[in-house]
Amino acid sequence: MSSTIAYIIIGVSVLFIIGIKLLASPKSARIGNLIAAGGMLIALLTLHKPSGDYVWSQGWTFNYTLIAIGTVIGLIIGAVGAYRVKMTAMPQMVALFNGLGGGAAALVATLEFLRGAHSLEGINAFIAGSMLFATLIGSLSFSGSAIAYLKLEGKFEKPHTFPGQNILNGLILLVIIGLCGFLTLNASSGNATMAFIVMFCLALFFGIAMVMPIGGADMPVVISLLNSFTGLAVAADGFAINNLAMVVAGTLVGSSGTLLTLLMCKAMNRPVTNVLFGAFGSSGGAGAAAGAVAGTVKPIQADEAALLLAYAQRVVIVPGYGMAVAQAQHQVRELSEELGKRGVEVQFAIHPVAGRMPGHMNVLLAEANVPYDQLIEMEQINPSMDRVDVCLVIGANDVVNPAAREDKSSPIYGMPIIEADRCKATIVMKRSMAAGFAGIENHLFYKDNTRMLFGDAKASLNALVAAVKAG
Amino acid sequence: MEPNIPNIIFIFVLAIFVGIEVISKVPSMLHTPLMSGTNAIHGIILFGGILVLADAATPLARTLGFVAVVFGSANVFGGFMVTDRMLQMFKKKKK
Repeated sequence: MSSTIAYIIIGVSVLFIIGIKLLASPKSARIGNLIAAGGMLIALLTLHKPSGDYVWSQGWTFNYTLIAIGTVIGLIIGAVGAYRVKMTAMPQMVALFNGLGGGAAALVATLEFLRGAHSLEGINAFIAGSMLFATLIGSLSFSGSAIAYLKLEGKFEKPHTFPGQNILNGLILLVIIGLCGFLTLNASSGNATMAFIVMFCLALFFGIAMVMPIGGADMPVVISLLNSFTGLAVAADGFAINNLAMVVAGTLVGSSGTLLTLLMCKAMNRPVTNVLFGAFGSSGGAGAAAGAVAGTVKPIQADEAALLLAYAQRVVIVPGYGMAVAQAQHQVRELSEELGKRGVEVQFAIHPVAGRMPGHMNVLLAEANVPYDQLIEMEQINPSMDRVDVCLVIGANDVVNPAAREDKSSPIYGMPIIEADRCKATIVMKRSMAAGFAGIENHLFYKDNTRMLFGDAKASLNALVAAVKAG
Repeated sequence: MEPNIPNIIFIFVLAIFVGIEVISKVPSMLHTPLMSGTNAIHGIILFGGILVLADAATPLARTLGFVAVVFGSANVFGGFMVTDRMLQMFKKKKK
């Protein structure tokens, strides 16, 4: 590697590091993303083969035509996915792109392994180990992300479990590791290719088996974890094909992604092992649902709800996934403006994991032009909840479930919640009495001072806005 | 060219610490954009795809390499674009 290439790679690495650093702060996040993208572009234009040859100055062969076509197809898929998707479906898109990256990492490692295994000199154990690691983690990330994508799309979002599942998964993992060990030491043996294919298939299956038992509500954590896995797979590919830019970028993603996963779990007050192996709701869910629910559900009509709101002094709105699904953020802003005109103090209480991804509600409300000093984080707003006249819960469920505080047998016990049950009155807007994502009953709905406003969030909000205006 | 293994491991270890250090203080509202942005960065696997496809010699290698390039390209371009679209929502600050 000539020193010029080395300097370029150092520069590109610095751009990635600065990019991630800026992404971690709201003011600079967008520019951080662009800086990282700029680093990527420079790396692409200056791409060199491990031998030191500049990739783009080689004779234009059929392979280069394939590269061009493949890149353009990927660009189109990426652009259509990124710009056509609704804001509510963003987490799925991240899962999808992550899975594709994992798949690419696995394929690159596969090709290099098969080529090395068939070459005369063979491959050294370190390189073989890197390739196997990249294949294993990359394919696991590919199939796991696919399942996460489908779960977020609403396909089999409930946890799928059976007795002994963790043991079976553990056995599969042992077989995979055994095969990897064998292949590392015997990469050039006659049955290496066969063992490799078996390993690849098992890794794909393991990705599915790992994500299937996890409930849809935990998908952001899973995607974050798989994201860091893909990063590590890319770094291992970088080892294998001796590309330092890939090593640096992949490792940065791997380590920051791991930390991010832990931070997300911390926001839900659950250890990461509980998310991955807890099989949410397998026993606790049934127990909680069976737990006697005291009180009855008291419905309310929009006119009456509007009166409550209009004559309140302080209103707190708790948005959840229901608001995102109904695309009701603009109506929410309209309602808060109308109330504001009447002198009502309106705030939004944002739970860190409301919606399907952290920050989901912030993004949607910002899109609807809600000033972001009205958005209050959970920790800041909870101490003053008993001084709130009306708490309006829009399509949120588990994040306001008092069972997290009161019911030790509940699967969400210990998760910090927005304490809507402590307000003087609570109005819950909901489509039906169906359970939330965690699949458990919500005692808030049965409290004496809770009223249920049933219906589509958008329609209900329009009715509320009209009633407040008229009143 | 034989890779210089100790050097690569040295870089790997340092990068682990840098990765942890740069995001140690991140507000929860940025968790998703950050996940999405780092997701785009591992799209650098596109280069791995380009490198193996450039030297592919068999139809099988060309096919797999081609798929890797499509996947990697979607990861890197889609990743940066979807992150930018998410972050666009944060910039408006009307009072």
